[in-house]
Amino acid sequence: MDLGQHAAFIIAAYAITLLVLVGLILWVLVDYRAQRRMLDELESHSPRRH
Amino acid sequence: MPLADLANPHRFQKLARVLIPAFAVLAAILIAAGLVLGFRAPADYQQGEMVRVMYIHVPSAWLSLGAYTVMAIAALGTLVWRHPLADVAGKAAAQIGAAFCFLCLVTGSLWGRPTWGAYWDWDPRLTSVLVLFLLYLGVLALLRAIEDPNRAGRAAAILALVGFVNVPIVKFSVDWWASIHQQASVMRLDGPTIHSSMLTPLLISAAGFLALFLALHLAAMRNELLRRRVRTLRILAAVSAEGR
Repeated sequence: MDLGQHAAFIIAAYAITLLVLVGLILWVLVDYRAQRRMLDELESHSPRRH
Repeated sequence: MPLADLANPHRFQKLARVLIPAFAVLAAILIAAGLVLGFRAPADYQQGEMVRVMYIHVPSAWLSLGAYTVMAIAALGTLVWRHPLADVAGKAAAQIGAAFCFLCLVTGSLWGRPTWGAYWDWDPRLTSVLVLFLLYLGVLALLRAIEDPNRAGRAAAILALVGFVNVPIVKFSVDWWASIHQQASVMRLDGPTIHSSMLTPLLISAAGFLALFLALHLAAMRNELLRRRVRTLRILAAVSAEGR
């Protein structure tokens, strides 16, 4: 597909969008794993509630 | 299920487990479809191929305003009803909204250079969106500056509510003042002025961005709830260690 003389601007806009969106997705995934791991660790050391 | 039940953190966790993957799949399908149709749509008669940027710039702009509105509603929930989930929702919306606002500014700037001849202009629309981005950063800075999440949430909620005055300014800036930015062409009282060959992919792409926002927002809320539980358990562990 020919994006014309301003192709670089279009490609840059899509590349930055992809980077930010992938960054957001990774951020929530990594943060979830980190919090889950810390919670599991703390709960394994704390007395059980009945 | 009564709406109030959804505000229960435990029920929220169960609901999020189902909704996050559902919204994520929907987002992937809709964004892919919107972009494929967008690149197949004809080039604009004035802007040529540069119009392709519209399919990412406009959804980012709408979500910048949408996420701020979510943050302002959550701020009301924090300040008036002091509901902990409202506070969590506000914080999650701030982080994701800031990212979409950044995308709106950057893609707009890349669209502006070939169209207006400049990356930036102190134009009412551009300036009010920059103010919106700074408000997002201000809310995030406040949330990080205060250690107690409840106090931080209340301080950020006040800033979010005060800053909400900027949302209608962004929307109507192109009508109220002379602007180099084009006027609204989709959300108009007399209906959209874009040809359906471009409007359809734009709306599909926007729906995909919205689904992605919902998935990310729910996931960020779930993470924040976990973070607060970790904080509570650490405090309890420290208190019980001191008591020994």
